[in-house]
Amino acid sequence: MMQIWSNPDVQFVVWALVKITVILFTMLGLVSYLIYAERKIAGHIQSRTGPNRVGPLGLLQPIADVLKLFFKEEFIPDEANKVIYHVAPTLAVVPALVTFSVIPFGPQDALRVTDINVGLLLFLAMSSLGVYSITLGGWASNNKYALLGGLRSSAQMISYELAMGLSTVGVLLLAGSLSLVRIVEMQSGPLTLFGVAIPFLQNWFVFFQPVAFVIFVITALAETNRAPFDLPEAEAELVAGFHTEYSSMKFGLFFLGEFMNVIAICAIAVTLFLGGWNGPGPPALGIVWFFLKLAALLFFFIWVRWTFPRLRYDQLMHFGWKVLLPVTLINVVVTAFVMHWGAGR
Amino acid sequence: MIVESLFAAFAAVALCSGLMVILHRNAVTSALFLVLAFCALAGIYLLMGAEFVGMVQIIVYAGAIMVLFLFVIMYLNLKHDVETGVQVAVRRGLGWILGAVLLTEGALLLRRGWFPGPVAAPAVPPPAGNTEAIGEVLFTRYLFPFEVIAMVLLVAMVGVIVVGKGLRPGAGEEER
Repeated sequence: MMQIWSNPDVQFVVWALVKITVILFTMLGLVSYLIYAERKIAGHIQSRTGPNRVGPLGLLQPIADVLKLFFKEEFIPDEANKVIYHVAPTLAVVPALVTFSVIPFGPQDALRVTDINVGLLLFLAMSSLGVYSITLGGWASNNKYALLGGLRSSAQMISYELAMGLSTVGVLLLAGSLSLVRIVEMQSGPLTLFGVAIPFLQNWFVFFQPVAFVIFVITALAETNRAPFDLPEAEAELVAGFHTEYSSMKFGLFFLGEFMNVIAICAIAVTLFLGGWNGPGPPALGIVWFFLKLAALLFFFIWVRWTFPRLRYDQLMHFGWKVLLPVTLINVVVTAFVMHWGAGR
Repeated sequence: MIVESLFAAFAAVALCSGLMVILHRNAVTSALFLVLAFCALAGIYLLMGAEFVGMVQIIVYAGAIMVLFLFVIMYLNLKHDVETGVQVAVRRGLGWILGAVLLTEGALLLRRGWFPGPVAAPAVPPPAGNTEAIGEVLFTRYLFPFEVIAMVLLVAMVGVIVVGKGLRPGAGEEER
């Protein structure tokens, strides 16, 4: 028995599985209470109280919601493509979960699943795979509204993916590495601009790449299909868009995938632009700082959703291709020039 | 040990999904199996220490090109070509010839004995990060091919826009 445990391969696999399990259950809990937070914040923004009946302050509402989803009748359209109809909701969750494997939650080795030297590329790869679930879900349901939702989402996600990828190039140029751990390490220490140390501020990339940060957040909203970019499920015109025909836990999986994607993309934004675990205090506080920043960004996402009206489709495409893409390109060129002549930092 | 078993698993997935691409009757399912094959191939690249190529494989092929493929298959009403007996005969004949050529090649490779993989291990083990190495080579030694490809892609893009706009005179000015 001891021989098995002394094998480094076995140790590696077991240790990784333990971390994966912990992250999986943390994220499931986080998602259910993110949905609760969304309903509460939405309520207060609209002068309501939000859910307040189940448990104190309505805190048990997510549990009730999940139970309801499990016991709902499962309905499958006759004309649906059965296999793809079943596979699509799973594909909504998997890419988001894979993204968490490269996010460094804290400075300690135990607080990250792995540190690969193409972490940023893995994130981009997974976000590009996110299109499949919505497109396939919309197509396999054999429903006009669902098909339109899927069509819109694939066009939207392909368009905004480019700007998102290019907006991370600025950070990449500054950090000189694709490893997310290395990128966070580069952002430690006090902020120094033109040789002057600025008090209370840290060396976060958001101060060097404000344009890239704004564009990253905008494209993140579009990639996760959140308002004002929620055209794939625009309920006023498409009933519910790509998930019109889904019920019970399959609908729940789409919902879970959307919120998990929101958390993943916010965690990446924190890592790339907001200094990750860096903050005042001992390194043990790193994970606290990380989750504080994550919570602030998540609140911003919810705030945006309940504040801005939805874009029209041509406005969306116009904005993506004629505004965001040129601005990111200019940002990359300017950053490269500044880095080359060694000014700025 | 882990690497070998992972390689076997990825290779099996790649081969099976590659077979399903040509065997399945539904075009959308075929396309999805192709995506799976690309992902398995990316896994094999990762095992070989080519992490940059592996990730780009997923981003470009699985994430961008296959999405457009699916787009075309799903949303454009593809009709079956009406084929005459001669066309079917030509297609079958070509298929038999190509199959025979491939089979001979496979047999030759087997006889030369390097089917189980490269015999000589690479002299220098690749460094931990090969992203920098690829960038370095791409912008020094292979700069000219790189720029040529960029030009070709630019021309293709302009061509697509021209074709998409249509050849009607003044069609571009109306949309403002």
